[in-house]
Amino acid sequence: MSTASTNSSLYTLDARTKRRNAAEKRFRLYGMAAVAFGVLALVVLLSSVLGTGLSAFRQTFLTTEITLDEKALDKSGTRDPEVMAKVTTIGYAKVLQNALVDELTAKGLLPEGMKAKDVGGMISKEAPAQLRDRVLANPDLIGQTITMNVLANGRIDGYFKGRVTMESAALDSNVSPEQLQLAEAMRDAGMLDLKFNWGFIFGPDASELRPEAAGLGVAIIGSAYMMLIVLALALPIGVAASIYLEEFAPQNRLTDLIEVNISNLAAVPSIVFGILGLAVFINFAGLPQSSPLVGGLVLSLMTLPTIIIATRAALKAVPPSIKDAALGIGASKMQTVFHHILPLAMPGILTGTIIGLAQALGETAPLLLIGMVAFVRDYPGAPPEGFTDPAAALPVQVYNFTQRADPAFIERASGAIIVLMVFLLAMNILAIILRRRFERRW
Amino acid sequence: MNDMTLTERAVSAQDIKIAAKDVQVFYGDTHAIKDVSVDILDKTVTAFIGPSGCGKSTFLRTLNRMNDTIDICRVEGDILLDGEDIYDKKVDPVQLRAKVGMVFQKPNPFPKSIYDNVAYGPKIHGLTRSKAELDEVVESSLKKAALWNEVKDRLHAPGTGLSGGQQQRLCIARAVATSPEVLLMDEPCSALDPIATAQVEELIDELRENFSVVIVTHSMQQAARVSQRTAFFHLGNLVEFGETGQIFTNPQDPRTESYITGRIG
Repeated sequence: MSTASTNSSLYTLDARTKRRNAAEKRFRLYGMAAVAFGVLALVVLLSSVLGTGLSAFRQTFLTTEITLDEKALDKSGTRDPEVMAKVTTIGYAKVLQNALVDELTAKGLLPEGMKAKDVGGMISKEAPAQLRDRVLANPDLIGQTITMNVLANGRIDGYFKGRVTMESAALDSNVSPEQLQLAEAMRDAGMLDLKFNWGFIFGPDASELRPEAAGLGVAIIGSAYMMLIVLALALPIGVAASIYLEEFAPQNRLTDLIEVNISNLAAVPSIVFGILGLAVFINFAGLPQSSPLVGGLVLSLMTLPTIIIATRAALKAVPPSIKDAALGIGASKMQTVFHHILPLAMPGILTGTIIGLAQALGETAPLLLIGMVAFVRDYPGAPPEGFTDPAAALPVQVYNFTQRADPAFIERASGAIIVLMVFLLAMNILAIILRRRFERRW
Repeated sequence: MNDMTLTERAVSAQDIKIAAKDVQVFYGDTHAIKDVSVDILDKTVTAFIGPSGCGKSTFLRTLNRMNDTIDICRVEGDILLDGEDIYDKKVDPVQLRAKVGMVFQKPNPFPKSIYDNVAYGPKIHGLTRSKAELDEVVESSLKKAALWNEVKDRLHAPGTGLSGGQQQRLCIARAVATSPEVLLMDEPCSALDPIATAQVEELIDELRENFSVVIVTHSMQQAARVSQRTAFFHLGNLVEFGETGQIFTNPQDPRTESYITGRIG
């Protein structure tokens, strides 16, 4: 022992130190590899989602002048919207088709032998409905010539986004290479353009046949309503329960049992909450299906354990000396909690709540069971009545888009994911800001 | 009838602020305080000394029922404040603690302004009717705690930004602001440097004019300096209790002598 210490020099490392240093080096490498793998996965995920999804925010529009012929749209000449409503979208589709054919002929762009029907096929099936809504809302437009941006058919849109090629169009009964060539000619003539698509964010969903018109408006409102309900229910209930359990509840077996159960609830698969919601809120309580109210209730149940666990951790983290100080000068238990402990625990509570909300925002499975998977085109009304109107939800909308056959929905699914992620990001930023604001030293 | 007993008590318990008799404290199955009887006099500093874990802090905390916050803690025996049993079912500990204030080992100001720290007690007890009155209480409390001159220009700065000694005096001001009758101090100087300690000790001596002060301390010198009466605790027993001078110069019990001469502890 002593010989070793006398012979050794500080300049030479002994075998044991070398082994220790090597182990530490290896451990660092493992750590860096793990972090690199995580970053790589994130980059791949983001680039794949952004790569496919960003194009959903741009859409091909046709610009055309439309002469709104009284003979076709308002035979009676009364300009009464109720009478005019007899003309269906089929009538408007013809008007649109003729307008486009006329303009193409005038500009000499119409290819030889191309049928008017094929020209009309380049227009989205949603466009006549939009024109009709516009005319019915303002009957005085009849007789005038208006310029309108109408959605192009999804296949035409796909051509400009690289989804449809001349080769694939030759095999596709929905679109022909001639139509694509015409579309290119129209783009060169300034009649066709890719524009930012507000309709994707604010518009309602559309059917399988018109992916170009599908939007997230109803889903965003539905998700927002559910978040409001979750916030209004889960936050006060969760915080009240945590304060009681942490500060007031007697230490006994019942309390322990409740604590264990809350921890277990946090780990229950979310679909179980969906079944519970279906059984209790819809079948037993008779609340309407696919409504944000039921969705919000189910998500509240799901979020409660998260909020309770986070709040209790935040309350526990408040130094006991503060509690002693307040009790020591004769504050009651409740004054101690509300004047001193709760303000200090606030950053933690808010962070927990927002994490819970973010979790709820992204939750899909329980909503499928309570009917929010339904196809909903009508915007829910304003709250509070709107809480019982049918609505969609963002993550369910992603799921819905991925279930549809038309390849145009692939970009829309990714686009919906981007919107969802933007909301999550906004909530996380909010959490950080709130935490910074409420953070105090003690 | 009632009046008679009161006068009788007043005579027999003259100058006795707190009378503890045969107090037992249990933590679960542990018998932490055994048969302690102590009379704490008014306008006097009483020091509790003893080795770590001897129960002096525990006993101090029974005097304003701070032990209530610990579920497994059980107190037996009588503790009378001005002849009234503080463990009576009718007593609300909140009201008791307004009368028996406490200063803790580690300075623990609230993470609020200096002003709010001191004003908190009077506010929750409704001691003041107007802002001006509250200002006055805050000023006089800070003066009593010998802190006024140092902080009068920054009353709205955070209390946590003060130095350790200032923080402890702020805590004393906070305790004094509710006009307690007894002030309990649990090793108030253990986290302070010698200069701050001297300031706090001086302060304790001044506080004696208005309050009955009970101080737990590890430092025998401190007990000798600030107290008039000293109690020596050992392993949960009250070994000896009497005049400070007598305890330090002529202890009756060999254990006390061993402790103050440094053989145990």
